[in-house]
Amino acid sequence: MEDLSRFKQTYFDESAELLAVAETGLLNLTPGAVDLDEVNAIFRAVHSIKGGGGAFGFTDLVAFAHEFETVMDGVRNETIPVTTALVDTLIRANDVLGQLLAYAREGTSPPPGVTDGVVDKLRHALSGSGPAGETGAAPAAAPAADAPAPVYADDEDDEAGIFGDAMAAISAARAENGDSDGRTRWTILFKPKADLLLSGNEPTFMLRALRRLGEAEITCHTDALPSLAAVEGEQLYLWWTVELLASPDVEIEDINDVFEFVADECDIRITANAPPPVPVADAVPPPAPDTIPDAAAPDVAAATAAEPPPVQAAAPPAAAPAAATTTAAKPAEAPRRPAGGEHAGLTSHTIRVDLDKIDRLVNMVGEMVITQAMIAEHVRELPQGEFQELLEGLEQLAQHTRELRESVMSIRAQPVSSVFSRMPRLVRELGGETGKEVMLVTSGETTEVDKTVVENLVDPLTHMIRNSIDHGLEGPEERERMGKPRAGTVHLSAQHRSGRIVIEVADDGRGINRPRVLSKAIEKGLVTPGSNLTDEEIDNLIFLPGFSTADKVSNISGRGVGMDVVRRNISSLGGRIGVYSTPGEGSRFVLSLPLTLAVLDGMVISVGEERFVLPLTNIVESLRPKAEDLHGLVGQCDVMMARGEYVRLVYLHKLFGIPQAQGDATRGLVVLVETEDGSRLGLVVDEVLGQQQVVIKSLEANFRRLDGVAAATILGDGRVALILDVAGLREMSRHADHAGTRATTMAAQLASPPAALPAPSQRLETL
Amino acid sequence: MSNSTALATVGAVRTDVAMVMSAEEQYVTFTVGTEEYGVNILSVREIRGWTPESRLPNLPPYVRGVINLRGIIIPIFDLRARFGGGPTEVTKRHVVVVIQVGERTRGILVDAISDILTIRKDDIKPPPDVEAGMIDAEYLSGLYTADNRMVTLLSVERLFATETGDVDPGKIPA
Repeated sequence: MEDLSRFKQTYFDESAELLAVAETGLLNLTPGAVDLDEVNAIFRAVHSIKGGGGAFGFTDLVAFAHEFETVMDGVRNETIPVTTALVDTLIRANDVLGQLLAYAREGTSPPPGVTDGVVDKLRHALSGSGPAGETGAAPAAAPAADAPAPVYADDEDDEAGIFGDAMAAISAARAENGDSDGRTRWTILFKPKADLLLSGNEPTFMLRALRRLGEAEITCHTDALPSLAAVEGEQLYLWWTVELLASPDVEIEDINDVFEFVADECDIRITANAPPPVPVADAVPPPAPDTIPDAAAPDVAAATAAEPPPVQAAAPPAAAPAAATTTAAKPAEAPRRPAGGEHAGLTSHTIRVDLDKIDRLVNMVGEMVITQAMIAEHVRELPQGEFQELLEGLEQLAQHTRELRESVMSIRAQPVSSVFSRMPRLVRELGGETGKEVMLVTSGETTEVDKTVVENLVDPLTHMIRNSIDHGLEGPEERERMGKPRAGTVHLSAQHRSGRIVIEVADDGRGINRPRVLSKAIEKGLVTPGSNLTDEEIDNLIFLPGFSTADKVSNISGRGVGMDVVRRNISSLGGRIGVYSTPGEGSRFVLSLPLTLAVLDGMVISVGEERFVLPLTNIVESLRPKAEDLHGLVGQCDVMMARGEYVRLVYLHKLFGIPQAQGDATRGLVVLVETEDGSRLGLVVDEVLGQQQVVIKSLEANFRRLDGVAAATILGDGRVALILDVAGLREMSRHADHAGTRATTMAAQLASPPAALPAPSQRLETL
Repeated sequence: MSNSTALATVGAVRTDVAMVMSAEEQYVTFTVGTEEYGVNILSVREIRGWTPESRLPNLPPYVRGVINLRGIIIPIFDLRARFGGGPTEVTKRHVVVVIQVGERTRGILVDAISDILTIRKDDIKPPPDVEAGMIDAEYLSGLYTADNRMVTLLSVERLFATETGDVDPGKIPA
């Protein structure tokens, strides 16, 4: 049910847009110079509103939209001449449609009579055009002819008063009597073809829709029902007859509309048992054109041709008090009617905004963050103790900037469900292709992440799920032999963890076949024979370009383009991927991605003359070690004892070739950093300058990616600082520590896609 | 190679302009040491004074680093270093020619701007055969003589295309 309400929301939002489209079109509608495209646009707008309304069962709305649409159809076919009066009527009709939508949104039924005046005029327009000869001469004559008779937009108060009351009285009378007085008895035979269900139609809904048209007595005929053994679940054996006691304004079209989508697949016969009475509205004498200001308006409008009477917009407020008094006088009617005589109309709760506009906003907020950081930097130089108010103000500014940033970012945030929801189908198809039984379990679909991240998740996730089903899961028989349930499970989950989004694809299949992966890697020359690799290293081989263990290439996977592409996609988003596998029990792929690609909290550090930004999420702590805490490890690298653990030291100035750096951990600082997979290292830097929000700027937009660098940013003084990629640094340092020169080894080439992730190739070479 | 389409568009625009100017093109010329170079004026986005760059790690010396150009980050290349003259000792008088190639922007550090020349296409001489390996002639688009000075016209599309990853990130001359 919640889903349906979401669709309703979309329907109302879209309808609001369509109403606006129709109104613009109507305003441009000029007698004598009819733009057919414009007319078509209006027609389509009204038609769409009607169609959607029908799907949700808003019968009043559909009935009215139908009248509206019929006239528009006439205009489209040029059987109804476009006159100023007609345009006014249509604009009014558009307003009424908006009101009906608003009532529908609130779930209240519109007050009786709200549509009548306009319906009359619409019908009038329709019938006036009937005789062929008249149409040609109409344009000039029409305004004059039409002007006196119909009730104009501003007669709202009148409508609400005289007209509406009459209507209310009649319907109240009807409600009291409860008999078929004035009502039409319809007999509807509804005999769908047996395969109706296959096209996704549900007869229950139609029957329900009929019941909304009036009092319905539904008889189900089961004579075609075969014996239980012969029943096929997807076939329909039933048919129905409906005795419908409907109010006179229900017309045969309304009933036909119910079956609109299934007309070809059903045998439908609709018969009216009593002659349809004259529509009630006609029975009420049309009120005299008594409202002076507006009677004049159409003529004025005629002069300006396209402009609608401006009074229209102003009318409702004026109308409201009048209506309120009348309702007070008629207590019986009061509960049915909202306070005002006229509904305020449909207001939209969402807006659609061009992405470019949001991006501009994001950029602007980015610049603001930079400026704020710049001010903060200057303020630090002020003598302490003075300017207390200034400092407090700046503190607040910083707070507000942060909140503004978060709000702006949340505009771009989307739940990952838009990606997750594509996966069941994929799983179903793959299950069919591979002959495996697969159950997809998803969790955390509501986790929100930046739109760009969501969009870029589709491909990697598709690949990973393919991989899990094709390589991970066993066939049903094999699973039974292993004592597992026949159906394999793929679990797709998302969650926020320390400022990042973590997405897992886990299967309960056979796990990574390490001996086979290793032999395949040796066969492909990715690993030197005789290498001694840890389990983790073997598992990570599957991310190497050109690696595939599938014995034969299938449609699904096995071409060796897969996990390496996944890794590249993920790391281009600033994310990482890891795999954890237990033979016989399954594999788990863990993706970790930044929530936004725009801003991060970072620590500014300096090495020599250069400044860098370390993502705060990577930092554990910073400390200045004593000489006795430092040790050399087999002459290869330095390690440090930190909190009972030995961590490897990485000298940033060595790694990046920075001159004039401190270079001594005991005089500089060691920033203890942690990568997403939990491994730690100590980054030796000169100084830690402070924490700051930084706007992530692409280095690749105008240059290219660099090892150990995630992106760049602009600091408060306008200078560029590089944002460090901790995992990338770890890889670089491993290599530097072991082999010395980087460029000469094959590993560097193998790892030419961004080496942000544990790149087994680099390690293997050095073993 | 999405860039090639962008380049093609730039080329097309330039052709139109050239036709209007009756087969003439304008070049911004600048000096590096004693030599004079020219780039098509249509690719020059702006000329700005030198501002300190932020260095990039593990790159050849002619990649000076990156600067902030009103919120975007662009690389700065040292033309003197690229042509084997060693890194430029920058002063306040040095200038950066900001060049737009397709969607991408880069800066070239030169000694000074010298002139804007209107050059008839017919007067552009093809570069002579240079000894293989001596200079990478790919980015030379021609030679022009102006008042007894030789101006080397550079193709901005090719100049530093490799370094910015436009061509092939794997082949960076170390």
